[in-house]
Amino acid sequence: MLEFISRMLGKESASSKTVAKERLRLVLVHDRASISPAMLNRLREDLIKVISNYMEIDEAALEFNLLQDDNEVALVANIPVVKMKRDYATKT
Amino acid sequence: MGEIIVVTSGKGGVGKTTTSANIGTGLAAAGHKVVLVDTDIGLRNLDVVMGLENRIVYDLVDVTSGNCRLKQALIKDKRFENLFLLPAAQTKDKSAVSPEQMRTLATELKEEFDYAIIDCPAGIEQGFRNAIAGADRAIVVCTPEVSAVRDADRIIGLLEAAELRNPKLIINRIRPEMVKRGDMMDISDILDILAIELIGVVPEDESIVISTNRGEPAVMDQASKAGEAYRRITRRIKGEEVTLMNLDVPLGIFDKLKKLVGIR
Repeated sequence: MLEFISRMLGKESASSKTVAKERLRLVLVHDRASISPAMLNRLREDLIKVISNYMEIDEAALEFNLLQDDNEVALVANIPVVKMKRDYATKT
Repeated sequence: MGEIIVVTSGKGGVGKTTTSANIGTGLAAAGHKVVLVDTDIGLRNLDVVMGLENRIVYDLVDVTSGNCRLKQALIKDKRFENLFLLPAAQTKDKSAVSPEQMRTLATELKEEFDYAIIDCPAGIEQGFRNAIAGADRAIVVCTPEVSAVRDADRIIGLLEAAELRNPKLIINRIRPEMVKRGDMMDISDILDILAIELIGVVPEDESIVISTNRGEPAVMDQASKAGEAYRRITRRIKGEEVTLMNLDVPLGIFDKLKKLVGIR
């Protein structure tokens, strides 16, 4: 009844389209982030290759994940550095 | 050299087949030589929507597997002599055709026709991969519902991964009075989310049911609103600039009252 009155007055409670849009936004954040494990693995290897140009890293302890929560997706990597490569500047 | 246009959506029941039939018929009415290709093997329907179901002898699988020549399988439309249908096989499944065979067929169709409209099956599996294999451009059909928009988003991603760039969007079965009430996503809501170019908006229209009952595409019905929308889409496909149809609904008595009192 209250809803009916507020509708009559033109003060719509959150319209169902707003709800639809917000739900879609969230579900698409997840859908668009769902990349295959194979691709994630390739990304991991590429990342190691690039970083290894600059520093020596502990590959075994490397953590690499695509984290999703309700509102966002983040690529989170924890990469322990063993030592920096001193010769990089001369190598280029 | 013709052009292959695939009509796809991901979700079923949003109007791919109706859209294919109307676009194809519209292009033929404009004088182009057109072929409609039904790739929904096992669940063919473009034949009944076009009213050509009684004339089928050979089908798509007969052509791709070499059982007959392309010309033997093409069914001439009742209304236009420059419009043809290549029906899907009904007793086989999607694996009866390969993307490679579809590419070969596309080359052949391009030599013969100005436009080939490919009606894609629902889903993202082999049927989808077959349908898009030889396509030059893609039209994505979507209704203003959460499920359809979500699937459209997935399809757009897959089309781009398959190098089919810049797909165009048709928003189908929109209900202006619901949009006005705030109970249906409107054009800009959907474009915000999908971020692709719009090629047309088709209103929900009973005349579509009636025209499908009769096997006569609504695009030929001058009185049909959906038909008018499809006529405009047809012209846009040919590259013309056409304004969007006015879908505004007249104000109801309550709206008039509210306006009078100055509430909104």
